[in-house]
Amino acid sequence: MNIQEFYNYFQISLGVADVVKEGVFLGFILVTLGGALMATCSTRTIRAIFGLVVCFVGIAGIYYFLNSPFVSLMQLMIYVGAVAITIAFAIMLAEPDENKRAAKTPPLAGPFAVLLGASVTWALAAASLGAKWMAPAIVVNEGTVTQVGEALLTKYSMAFELVSIVLLLAILGSLVVARSGRDKEC
Amino acid sequence: MLALSTQLNTYLLLGAMLFGFGVFGLVKRPSLIGMLIAAELVLCGASVNFMAFNHFLAPDKTVGQIMTLFIMAIAAAEAAIAMSIIVAVYRNYKSVETQDLADLQG
Repeated sequence: MNIQEFYNYFQISLGVADVVKEGVFLGFILVTLGGALMATCSTRTIRAIFGLVVCFVGIAGIYYFLNSPFVSLMQLMIYVGAVAITIAFAIMLAEPDENKRAAKTPPLAGPFAVLLGASVTWALAAASLGAKWMAPAIVVNEGTVTQVGEALLTKYSMAFELVSIVLLLAILGSLVVARSGRDKEC
Repeated sequence: MLALSTQLNTYLLLGAMLFGFGVFGLVKRPSLIGMLIAAELVLCGASVNFMAFNHFLAPDKTVGQIMTLFIMAIAAAEAAIAMSIIVAVYRNYKSVETQDLADLQG
């Protein structure tokens, strides 16, 4: 058995590509859940933001597995590039110190939060795993980047414009709210 | 071999867990910034569910992707407004802890 034969045998018998694919997928799930755990449980807020970034990167990988590389890249650009940086700015401007105030939190907040989160997760999982989902009879289109772009500019153009107006108003509104306190000081 | 990445249930479970982490963080965190981070997790859980249903169940596979893009835009707007509110609260109270914002408590 030469190397090529051995390689072919190995690939067919074990399905190396599938194993690698599942391994990468499992890795993305672990990264997502680990990031979410870090984002909610770390005592320092800057570490929570780092956990949020890790979680977003994992979710971008999950989106790639769902056949939508465009949304995956948008996730990296918008969430990691914009939202996480905005929250980091909030830390820089407001300097929260959760570890100093840890004693002031109500003693039952932790167990109650665990209970509430676990029950919400259980309810959602039971509802979605117990339901009978029907696969579509026909597939109208495959959702490639071209088709997404065409749909955004034809069928959903009104919603697209409305979202841009919402973003503009959010930027103006945040400027107004954040600036009003500064006028008094001057 | 168990193929996790080709099953709808994996993604639904992941979305539910992200949502649960978000609710957990919203209750547990003592500061406004921590609650903002947890709210982003809730939005992400919803997006994962949208994308999973889009990939496995939708006849038109652009709908869920566009919905997720809109959720991202709304999340960005929400983060910007929440940040400005946090900055304004910090100017008035010199703190962003939820315990200190108790003027209406009576």
